[in-house]
Amino acid sequence: MKSWLTTTDHKRIGLLYFWTAFSFFMIGGLEALLIRTQLARPAGIGVSAETFNQLFTMHGTTMVFLALMPLSAAFFNFIIPLQIGARDVAFPRLNAFSYWVFLLGGLFINASFIAGPLFGAGRLSVAPDAGWFGYANLTSRQFSPGPNVDFWLLGLQILGIASLAAGFNFVVTILNMRAPGMRMLRLPPFTWMALITQFLIITAFPVITVALVLLMFDRFFGTHFFLPAGGGDPILWQHLFWMFGHPEVYILILPAMGIVSEVLPTFSRKPLFGYTVVVYSGVVIAFLGWSVWAHHMFASGLGPIADSVFAGTTMLIAVPTGVKIFNWIGTLWGGQIRFTTALLFAVGFIAMFIIGGLSGVSHASAPTDLQQTDTYYVVAHIHYVLFGGTILGLFSGMYYWWPKMTGRLLSERLGKVHFWLTMIGMNLAFFPMHFSGLLGMPRRIYTYSPELGVAGFNLVSTIGAFVIGIATLVFFWSLLRTRWQPVTAPPNPWEGATLEWAIPSPPPVYNFTVIPTVANRLPLWATERHGAMAPLPDRPPAPIHVPGGSWWPMITAAGLPTMAIGALAHFLPVVLLGVAVTIVGIYRWAYEPFEM
Amino acid sequence: MRYDTDTHAAAVAHGHATFMGLDNRKMAFWAFIGSECLLFGSLISTYLVYKGRSLVGPYPHEILNIPFTSFSTFDLLMSSLAMVLALAAVQRGDMKQGKLWLLVTALLGLVFLGGQFWEFSHFVHEGLGLTTNLFGSTFFVLTGTHGAHVTVGVIWLLTLWIQALRGKLGPANAMTVEITGLYWHFVDVVWIVIFTVVYLIQ
Repeated sequence: MKSWLTTTDHKRIGLLYFWTAFSFFMIGGLEALLIRTQLARPAGIGVSAETFNQLFTMHGTTMVFLALMPLSAAFFNFIIPLQIGARDVAFPRLNAFSYWVFLLGGLFINASFIAGPLFGAGRLSVAPDAGWFGYANLTSRQFSPGPNVDFWLLGLQILGIASLAAGFNFVVTILNMRAPGMRMLRLPPFTWMALITQFLIITAFPVITVALVLLMFDRFFGTHFFLPAGGGDPILWQHLFWMFGHPEVYILILPAMGIVSEVLPTFSRKPLFGYTVVVYSGVVIAFLGWSVWAHHMFASGLGPIADSVFAGTTMLIAVPTGVKIFNWIGTLWGGQIRFTTALLFAVGFIAMFIIGGLSGVSHASAPTDLQQTDTYYVVAHIHYVLFGGTILGLFSGMYYWWPKMTGRLLSERLGKVHFWLTMIGMNLAFFPMHFSGLLGMPRRIYTYSPELGVAGFNLVSTIGAFVIGIATLVFFWSLLRTRWQPVTAPPNPWEGATLEWAIPSPPPVYNFTVIPTVANRLPLWATERHGAMAPLPDRPPAPIHVPGGSWWPMITAAGLPTMAIGALAHFLPVVLLGVAVTIVGIYRWAYEPFEM
Repeated sequence: MRYDTDTHAAAVAHGHATFMGLDNRKMAFWAFIGSECLLFGSLISTYLVYKGRSLVGPYPHEILNIPFTSFSTFDLLMSSLAMVLALAAVQRGDMKQGKLWLLVTALLGLVFLGGQFWEFSHFVHEGLGLTTNLFGSTFFVLTGTHGAHVTVGVIWLLTLWIQALRGKLGPANAMTVEITGLYWHFVDVVWIVIFTVVYLIQ
């Protein structure tokens, strides 16, 4: 137990990230099921408007910040050091700090579900209820007097610190900790996409931090940054939020694209088609991702010039994305394909992401988008890219790397059940939303009129949501049952080409007995141009130093939610206590003996 | 999960040269500075977006004291010079000079903070508070965030100075001083931008 609390081992931190994020994924899914049950028929099942607002706000916030990002982070932690031939990340304690901040931030936001009595709210739940993008001036003290929005804005600030710390850590890890010979264009595509993601994180998160700080000043200290009454402009919030929010979309999808770019070559027994183009497309997506934010704001009246520019850049970003899709199909083409569950999910990713991408292009046109804004069409789009894209990609990665992470193979039979139920469920759930949206069903309503003619579509969506729920339970069971299996996975069960497959499953604490020297992009494969890398020795020829554990990352992290609790309660001493804990933690951390 | 925890104990120091030849901490710090650029960029943009949109006074031209702030700016620039001298002294192992210039850098930082404290209280006295108008809100949040960064820098410098007094800082830790310097110079550069945008271009 203590060794897990103080661990600085990237593999253990990866597993902690995985199980924590997967738990939040289940919570977010439960919220989705409640939403869908309420919407199954026009009059609902009695969920109140207030509760419904909390459910969709927490569903979005949880899935984006507490499930998808940290599930990617689980793979960053576990896989990247192995893929680049390193013994750990550049800053093992900072890595532990990121995890603890993420966990505590997630618990802080979710504590709002039961914190009502502490605030005399007259109801149990005071969960955030202003939507996951928290538009001004709905979030003002005037229109949201309770602590709900405070939980949201303080919790997201905490989570931002976790992401930023991990961002700096992984940029340095990927650039600086590579094994000899691992040049940039020999990096596995997953690590490449992770690197681009980290650059997006360290540039996008400061922007939302500023937005949240300004909102905090509005709510706690009476400024008017987003309040028209004092000359402020609610549209500024939208700009700041989406300047973060659109790069965030690529923060969510690029890791999944990286996973798919690993899985397809392995199970086609072919190198990734156009590796260099895939890498540069990722870079182009990241650059363009910074120039499209206002397509979320066409309905706010930006004027024809801004609308045209952002419509153009948005259509442009479809090009590098399309390039990648053709490269993935080209990888499969003529390959010796093995239809494992990991490959099925990767192929499912391509198909579903194309649908989400096409509806995305339809938003790029400002006049079309005006018809779609705030309807279920947008809900359909976001779920095709984030569920059909990110989640299917992450599932593919789970089947692919689970044996490496635990030494145990997931059941392929249950995997196929999981895959088909997921595919059927997600298309039943999300495809009808295109129609209900185009027929005029607004998003975020808790009941709707039977005359709207969308009751049938909604019922199908609800049935689909429950099919997804069942599929996820099948997967959860499949994960759990591996715990009782013996550790039998061979080092390279899929005959992969990258360095993580050169070492035992699960890897020993020091990862590599000797740091390999990399001579080409597919070290474990014998190709026309080169032979396979010689196997590493079974035992380290010399003793290997592995950094020990530390309590200070967790203690330093604990100061942050303490500050937030003090701010929530408007009680300065608790804020100062949190500050003191963090400062003491940083000093002890900086001066504790910790050999790298 | 089974892990062989005994290997934690098997400690043989193993110097790991970095791939890019750049110290890990230094590279992380450059990434951090890149991130900070976006933080200050967002705050400065907010200031510029709201420029001239205050509904009531006091307005910037009525209250900003350019001569006084020029002095503060000069002081902060000189602190960067002192920081350079401190780093050079530590690198060549001259800890006597190193201690002196670390202290001077921190004290010049404190003078800047004192000036900012005087300026803030003077503005409040003149009727410009945090919530008076958009100018007040954007001004105090922007310069306050910068001031918080200077405060962190002063604490950091004093920590190094105390370490040096205790004989625990030497040429072997020159990288620590260099990174502190990176931070300090960055905060200085941000102030040059703020001084130009807020004070000089009204």
